[in-house]
Amino acid sequence: MKKKYSSMEKREARQFYMYISPWILGFFIFTLYPVVYSAILVFTDADRTGVGDFIGLQNIINIFQDPLFRKAMLNTFYFVAVSVPLSLLLSVLIAALLNKKNIKGMAIFRTAFYVPFITAGVAVTLLWGWIFNTHYGLLNYALGLFGVDPINWLSSETWAMPAIIIMMSWSIGNTIIITLAGLQDVPEQLYESAEIDGANGFVKFTRITLPMITPTLFFNLVIGVINGFQIFTQPYVLTEGGPNRATYTIMMYIYDSAFKFGEMGYASTMAWILFAIIMILTLIVNYTSKHWVYYE
Amino acid sequence: MKEHVEIQKQTTKFRNKKTSETINQIINYVLLTVLALAFAFPFLWMIATALKTPSEVYTIPPKLIPSTITWDNFTEGWQYADFTRYTWNTLVVTTLAVLGTVFSAAIVAYGFARFNSRLSGFLFAIVLGTMMLPNQILLIPTYILFSKIGWIDTLKPLIVPSFFGGGAFNIFLLRQFFKTIPKELDQAAIIDGANSFQIFYKIMLPAVRPAMITVAVLSIAFHWNDFLNPLIYLNSDHNFTLAIGLQFFQNSYGSSQIQMLMAVALITVIPLLILFLIGQRYFVQGITMSGIKG
Repeated sequence: MKKKYSSMEKREARQFYMYISPWILGFFIFTLYPVVYSAILVFTDADRTGVGDFIGLQNIINIFQDPLFRKAMLNTFYFVAVSVPLSLLLSVLIAALLNKKNIKGMAIFRTAFYVPFITAGVAVTLLWGWIFNTHYGLLNYALGLFGVDPINWLSSETWAMPAIIIMMSWSIGNTIIITLAGLQDVPEQLYESAEIDGANGFVKFTRITLPMITPTLFFNLVIGVINGFQIFTQPYVLTEGGPNRATYTIMMYIYDSAFKFGEMGYASTMAWILFAIIMILTLIVNYTSKHWVYYE
Repeated sequence: MKEHVEIQKQTTKFRNKKTSETINQIINYVLLTVLALAFAFPFLWMIATALKTPSEVYTIPPKLIPSTITWDNFTEGWQYADFTRYTWNTLVVTTLAVLGTVFSAAIVAYGFARFNSRLSGFLFAIVLGTMMLPNQILLIPTYILFSKIGWIDTLKPLIVPSFFGGGAFNIFLLRQFFKTIPKELDQAAIIDGANSFQIFYKIMLPAVRPAMITVAVLSIAFHWNDFLNPLIYLNSDHNFTLAIGLQFFQNSYGSSQIQMLMAVALITVIPLLILFLIGQRYFVQGITMSGIKG
């Protein structure tokens, strides 16, 4: 016999649905409906209004023959492959330096490292555009002090992407905060017993600190990959994808395709391919994590 | 005698250790200071450029401290485009979207934290699952939806979605906080004749105030900086937000008037700087929480 629900339980369930109703509505309107719609768009040649003919797998076929798609994908991979490890490395370094007892001026250091992340947007991207200026920019001046010839950061196909990577590895406040929290969770006794065994700072760092913060590194890596593949604002504002599409990312192509050219079907197909790539990479990272992430 | 030597050895070892600790500390500070300066320098450069007269902007070597300080870049730059209007639009979007986020996330999180039904576990799993869904898939159908109801080129698409639960992460974060409040408090209030909404409003909300501020500051920073959504939805100048206005300013005059561009950009960053200085601990808490969920 089925268990009967008491009136108390029924009342509780009613209240539950009442309180979560904003989310339920939002889920149907802004999540479920768009996901289904987007999946349908993949098989159509829909225009800006969202209406179009069913064209089967034509979008997918076209995308794999589209040199611009290939270029945008390669650029995005290039960005992620360099930017994510670089940001992780820099965050671990800075977080390790901040993770000392009674650091004087902690508030000042923290502000310096976190503010670039909080202000990340058009304003600071324009600021970097000025820093990258070939003739009067600060970066070329600083490099010039070491005898480096001026670099055409934003107008050279070779240097435009490195410029964006440099800028993004400045905006890593969130990764620093998360890494620092991970470092602070490493039990003090581990270091103490290592010291008794005569371990030096380097040994302590590689044998204790690094293994203990692998869960944090794993999280930052996954988030870094997910966000990295969706980079848009910085190349859009800094280089408009140029020169000669050297910084044209997949998210910029999705944007152009959908909102400039009104190819909603084609753009949706690219969005799903991007999603699939992100998912596959996340799964791969997750799979390898068995071998390098330490869980207590 | 032998023991004595041993003790002496140990004291030297201890002293050496102390010296090496001090040296380590000094290296630590030096490295931190160099890195912090490197991170802060772009902002100092922004301020310096914004205060320069045009003739001092383009000099080799670059001058960090302007010989004459001028405020004209701020006033003139501001007039190049309708930045007052853009600021107003940004304020409207940010204020309303943040209010929607904070309160609807709190209501939904309260429901998940305090009430049970057969489906509550399943529905919460869906909340967490939606965090995995990438924005770019939702972007296009959502745009078509808003264009069908005539909301393109209005601020509504940037505001209204926030009122429907305020985002999965915020629901998750607030629910964790609600769970830490002892249920005895609710029960005592029920005995006093309070209904569930009064409990939410008078007991739960004040108790999770720090968490709500955390959600609010992160959400303010997001909406203030947001570029993609305004870019998609806003077409006419009088609807622009600051992010779009700045980009527009750069495209039209900015590259030739870099000191004005920097001045205006600086103005748009200052509210975030102030927000960070006031709410530092909430930022740190919120970002740390985002790491814990993983």
